[in-house]
Amino acid sequence: MTRPMAEESKPHAMVSMYLTLMRTSIITQFQYRAATYFYMIGMIVEPVIYLVVWSTIARSHGGSVQGFTPGTFAAYYIVWMLVRNVNIVFAPFFWEWRIKEGNFASQLLKPVHPIHYDLGEFAGGKVVVIILWLPIALALALVFHPSLDPSVLQCVVFFFAIWGAYLIRSLVLWALGLITFWTTRASAIYEAYFLSELLLSGRLVPMQLMPKWAQQLSWAFPFRWTFAFPITSLTGPITQRELLEGLAMQSLWIGVGTLLVAMVWRRAVARFSSVGG
Amino acid sequence: MQQPSAESGVVVEDLCKTFKVPVREAGLKASLSSLFHRETRDVAAVDGVSFSIQAGEVVGFLGPNGAGKTTTLKLLSGLLHPTSGRCSVLGFEPRARPAALLRQITLVMGNRNQLQWDLPAMDSFELNRAIYRIPRADFVRLRDEMIELLDLGDLVNKPVRNLSLGERMKVEIAGSLLHQPKVLFLDEPTIGLDITMQKRIRTFVADYNQRYEATVMLTSHYMADVQALCKRVIVIHHGRILFDGELASLADRFSLDKTITARLADGEEVKVSAARSEIAAATSKLLGERDVVDLTIEDPPIEDLIERLFSSEQRP
Repeated sequence: MTRPMAEESKPHAMVSMYLTLMRTSIITQFQYRAATYFYMIGMIVEPVIYLVVWSTIARSHGGSVQGFTPGTFAAYYIVWMLVRNVNIVFAPFFWEWRIKEGNFASQLLKPVHPIHYDLGEFAGGKVVVIILWLPIALALALVFHPSLDPSVLQCVVFFFAIWGAYLIRSLVLWALGLITFWTTRASAIYEAYFLSELLLSGRLVPMQLMPKWAQQLSWAFPFRWTFAFPITSLTGPITQRELLEGLAMQSLWIGVGTLLVAMVWRRAVARFSSVGG
Repeated sequence: MQQPSAESGVVVEDLCKTFKVPVREAGLKASLSSLFHRETRDVAAVDGVSFSIQAGEVVGFLGPNGAGKTTTLKLLSGLLHPTSGRCSVLGFEPRARPAALLRQITLVMGNRNQLQWDLPAMDSFELNRAIYRIPRADFVRLRDEMIELLDLGDLVNKPVRNLSLGERMKVEIAGSLLHQPKVLFLDEPTIGLDITMQKRIRTFVADYNQRYEATVMLTSHYMADVQALCKRVIVIHHGRILFDGELASLADRFSLDKTITARLADGEEVKVSAARSEIAAATSKLLGERDVVDLTIEDPPIEDLIERLFSSEQRP
């Protein structure tokens, strides 16, 4: 008999798994680079519409709206584009497809939690997105002249904040997607989530321009920590204290998301295993 | 039937799996009433199944479509939780899906693709290396071994989507065995493949079983697979076991006639069916009455035996 295999240590194996997942995802993305570029071009439309609308309003109000000039709006929405692309994760709508295709069953047969596949694969895709975003951002900067002058600390916090946003959305939307195990008609719940996110995240309108009550309410949800905070951490205006508070809130939501996934996952798998797949 | 034992690779005791299936009648009225009251009925996919498989044994798991074969394999690999009864694989309870068990088993389903569709299989192999924590040197050795045994050649460097069904199945099997599993659940691994490819996969499974002393549980509609690989078969129908024993003893159990084929001097071929107890008499009669130049006596085709078994619906 051939000798039994030894095993790599767990931390080393996890790092290796993530790097491999990211690598395979990057290879896949580059295989479809034309499709990825078209997708990115599609992604420009939303922020550019917001940018044009708000810049026009600012000019008609004598050059600024509550301190936002066309230049700061340009900075906000160009950075918005990067943040938005990084915080795109496995959407709850696709869980049904995943189960029907049999991908989920094959992941359950592997000795790692399936969430690692999504985290690793999507993270790899982000590397491609960032590379493709750079020339688009440069072109938009030439057209819209953003006012952007971040400090070194802001740049460092931004780096962590976009990945924090990625993790929060991954975890929360993963937990939400697990509803599929009880009903495949959960679209209304997902829509309610995405509508709330649109309004309370800084995606549609910078949070500073929202009513005071909406700004306060947004603290109770994960949304602003996945859009407004990472964007503002780079574009400002933001104090050092707010930067640290933001990172702390992101950490808190990552903890909440992890807990949510752990709780719902156990029940979802039991459900899957009792009804079949 | 063999008794379950603790030393077995796989032990199944009175295993049941019942699914609740919605009952829907056609028409608007039924559709409206289902909004308020949803009727369901219980369907027993696996109904009190017991068997054990010794480590290193290759067992054919036979049954018509919907007999409960795949459900049983899913229960044994932890994808489904049993409604009642118990099962253990390598001493682990599959329902808890412990990582230590998942690292030692594999479930290959002929109609499901587990490799990354857009990438060469080599990239999926690399991913499996990381997931199963296979040290680099072992991985390279095993991968090259699989490539050689399955005659994969350059196929592993082509995107999976560009491979034919048979080629895909071969790389699928290689990818599923890189972690050197001790228990293989193979669900129709040769489905849709041509004869040559079926034979290649059969030879590979037999070789893997010998080389790694792996336990293999195989479902297949191709009797050639079963005859080539399995001394023992378990036959399941309507979720119940109809037969568990040596493949060779199936014919004895049903006492089907044997076929005597004789080629005569003038080139004519004569076929005579006779009960087992009358074979000797029928043969000597044929040899005495006709000018026979060649003669063979064959057991009935295994397909006929299985068909007889299903139609008899007997419990062992």
